Amino acid sequence: MAQYNHSVSLNPEKCCGCTHCLRHCPTEAIRIRDRRAVIDSARCIDCGECIRVCPHQAKKSVYDSLTDIPKDKFKIALPAPTLFGQFDNLEDIDYVLQGLLDYGFDEVFEVARAAEIVSDYTRRMIKTAKKPVISSACPVIERLLSLRYPLLTDNLLDILPPMEIAAKYAKREVLKNHPELSEDDICTVFISPCPAKVSYVKNKDAGERSYVDYVVSMSDVYFELLGVMKGDSLSPVPVSRTGMIGLSWASTGGEATALFNEKYLAADGIENVVRVLEEIDNGSFPELEFVELDACPGGCVGGVMTVTNPFIAKARLQNLRRYLPVAENHADDGDGVPDELKNQFTYNYAPQTIGSSRAEAMRIMIESEELKKQLPGIDCGSCGAPTCAAFAQDVASGNANLSECVVIMREKFKDLYKEEGENGK
Amino acid sequence: MSEQLQFTFDVNGENFTSAGEASVATKKNLRMLGYPPDIIRRVAIAMYEGEINMVIHAGGGFATVTVYPDKIEIILKDNGPGIADVALAMKEGFSTAPENIRSLGFGAGMGLPNMKKNTDTMTIESELGVGTTITMTVNT
Repeated sequence: MAQYNHSVSLNPEKCCGCTHCLRHCPTEAIRIRDRRAVIDSARCIDCGECIRVCPHQAKKSVYDSLTDIPKDKFKIALPAPTLFGQFDNLEDIDYVLQGLLDYGFDEVFEVARAAEIVSDYTRRMIKTAKKPVISSACPVIERLLSLRYPLLTDNLLDILPPMEIAAKYAKREVLKNHPELSEDDICTVFISPCPAKVSYVKNKDAGERSYVDYVVSMSDVYFELLGVMKGDSLSPVPVSRTGMIGLSWASTGGEATALFNEKYLAADGIENVVRVLEEIDNGSFPELEFVELDACPGGCVGGVMTVTNPFIAKARLQNLRRYLPVAENHADDGDGVPDELKNQFTYNYAPQTIGSSRAEAMRIMIESEELKKQLPGIDCGSCGAPTCAAFAQDVASGNANLSECVVIMREKFKDLYKEEGENGK
Repeated sequence: MSEQLQFTFDVNGENFTSAGEASVATKKNLRMLGYPPDIIRRVAIAMYEGEINMVIHAGGGFATVTVYPDKIEIILKDNGPGIADVALAMKEGFSTAPENIRSLGFGAGMGLPNMKKNTDTMTIESELGVGTTITMTVNT
């Protein structure tokens, strides 16, 4: 499997080696080495949890800067629906769309439009699909499944995520309306709430490139928009073409409720998601038809590249969608899902094993079970591993030394001290 | 391999909400050992059902998982009331689970049949008033 490109990175100057990220990483991908956090690329699922909890802003998302976008191209903005929930006192989405044009984009295509199309197709295909169908919208979930729950990758919704469909449709629409342009003259810019979308775009297999050219941070765009949206925003020109369903996708349950099928489960927050997946993997809930899982608390509104509290953003979106039609965008007539909208991705099962062979893995595990008995079991993180069990495994595989356990060292020190005291008498 | 790898779990019978934790821990270990996903799933399901049974009927017990070169063995041992009629208990849909457990979605009488279905061998030793020991193996 090719090297996976991550979009969570560390600023070593700001990292002081505290244990916040260590404890919160759902895949135990972080270790503290030489007083700096180190991320194991093979385990990281780009959930952004470490960015969320770092008190020193040492963990950061990697994304394209707005200045990376070539000025001479025809630039299409693809705002995720979450963007509209960032603004206070916003009367209408159109003001944001106009703001994007005023900022310098040549065209805007709302990702929520594509979301409504995905909802339409999902309703159609769910009847015949393997159940429960698991949403493919959150890239963290896709990666988590391929690392830990390979049998469930068959249940992933076989439709591209809305971001990808929006990029595809936007390019097509622009080429149609501007015959003077060629595909190379156009670029699509996704305005993202999270780093996982950046990873998704960066890691598309060579044969199937993403239609998204740049992924920028929602918070960067938010501050630029604040500048241009002030002033004479009397009557915005572009008219939003999103309905209630499209906007609802921004928070947990939005995608699921759009199916008008009560046999669904919607969960958010990576820890909850893992618990739900364990149960589904065991074959619990046979009656379920659809599962929506969002890594971030509250759904996409909880992404680490947003500025507003997820619950406030959700409340604002509820207000914005109040007088909108149920949906403004619909799937084409006909049966099934067109091939061009299908997810062609193949999932490589790459579990995080220990050791290079079964025999070595067995040896490491036997040894670490023994070591565990010596460890205090308080999971303090001072050794640089998230738990005593993880530390035992690191020691058994030769990646850490038992003397790094402060509790063991303290006991040794006490004994030594006592000995010296006795000798001194 | 001369040494064998063994995990023991104390299945707490007093806390129904913690039932299933040994199964999750075993799954994680087998994944790290590099077992294929279908084997892991079979072990996890068999163990999960057994754990739930121990909590519902026997007030908890011990689960021991041993990894052999060619198989994984799961022993579930409890000091519960025992099973009066093993053959009857193996029937799909037969259940003695109390109503409050059924209302949680358990007790459908599929536990033991599911364990049998997901393992290569399964033996039940049970004595009324003494307890039950179930030994299951999954060939690897």
